[in-house]
Amino acid sequence: MVYDISKLLQKKKKSIIELWIKNQLSEAGLREDLISNEEIRQQSEELVDSLVNNLTQENITEVNSPDFDDVKDILSGISITRARQGFSPRETGAFIFGLKNALLELLQQEIKDDKESLYEATIKINRLLDSFSIVTFETFIKGREEVIIRQTDEITEISTPVIRVWDGILALPIIGTLDSARTQVVMENLLQEIVETGSSIAILDISGVPAVDSLIAQHLIKTVSATRLMGAECIISGIRPEIAQTIVHLGIDLSNIITKSTLASALKFSFQSLKLEVKRIPVKTAQ
Amino acid sequence: MERIPILKMGQVLLVTIQIDLYDRLALSLESDLVQMVKKTSAKGVLIDISAVSIVDSFLGRIFGNIASMCKILDAETVVVGMQPAVAITLIELGLPLTGVHTALDVEKGMILLNSNIETDVDTTDDLNEDDNYAF
Repeated sequence: MVYDISKLLQKKKKSIIELWIKNQLSEAGLREDLISNEEIRQQSEELVDSLVNNLTQENITEVNSPDFDDVKDILSGISITRARQGFSPRETGAFIFGLKNALLELLQQEIKDDKESLYEATIKINRLLDSFSIVTFETFIKGREEVIIRQTDEITEISTPVIRVWDGILALPIIGTLDSARTQVVMENLLQEIVETGSSIAILDISGVPAVDSLIAQHLIKTVSATRLMGAECIISGIRPEIAQTIVHLGIDLSNIITKSTLASALKFSFQSLKLEVKRIPVKTAQ
Repeated sequence: MERIPILKMGQVLLVTIQIDLYDRLALSLESDLVQMVKKTSAKGVLIDISAVSIVDSFLGRIFGNIASMCKILDAETVVVGMQPAVAITLIELGLPLTGVHTALDVEKGMILLNSNIETDVDTTDDLNEDDNYAF
């Protein structure tokens, strides 16, 4: 007797869902903090529905059949949301493998007496579910990569703020190491801001740069030269004694760049060159 | 052939480049400008490149050359309004335009030029006075 697996599964849809959900809930790593039982039930029902409805006796061996596009779409959706919610790969894997276990368990119950058919059906279901697992992993990793790319973008955005400290004075605190890509972003942001605000002095504060090597110094010099070409003056401030030592030992020539030890002294210098004065207001003593 | 107009404003020559320069135009600008500096004995040259969006190493060198030539003819050169992209390109090409003064816009460039010219006049005056004392 040849069993029609698709018919069998359609008939037993309810018990597949129950079995699968039971598997998921009994899983040790169930993340109740990330997903509620209702959501698990809803996702599981949707997936099983779609799988059972699209499965036929013919396409069960053709994992790339367009009939399964729906199933794969649903799987990708679930996988991507799980990646964004912060599920681990193991947990996401357990989700899809739970379905496989549920299906195999059911087949075992239903096709008890015919070992050969059971074996055949098991192989078919295994192949099908394995290909679904691959889709799940692919989309899971894609989802995580999207998260990483977004975070990288955010970090580059956050790490290069251009601050307007005074009318005509910009400050740019650099935190972390300067590589070529970051120098490019720093330079572009700074020059753009100079154009927009019409500032004539830019202060580049490097107190947050852990170490300066010849490459970083080169990047700094480039930024200063570009600022000069725009018609603004660039001051490098926040040079720590260790950095001054390294710069001299490396033989880097910063003699044609204005350098100040602190942001405060750079600001003072800027006030002087803009012919501004900061005064203390005399306090009137009570009579 | 196209020409870039050179305007005389007192002691200063004003050049505003409204189009993207190509090599031949840049060369003719160079020779015209040097001729004009000689003819008007201008004390300063102000080049506005705010509309120039593309530069290559050749144009970068031309700007440097113009500045050096004018310097020999006793005129200061100020390049104003450089676009950020242009500035980055010139730096990446290794052309920091060291003999050239720069300013953000024409107004600031004029202030810079005028202050330079005035200090020049002052120093010559001082020299003359010194000479008078000497005699």
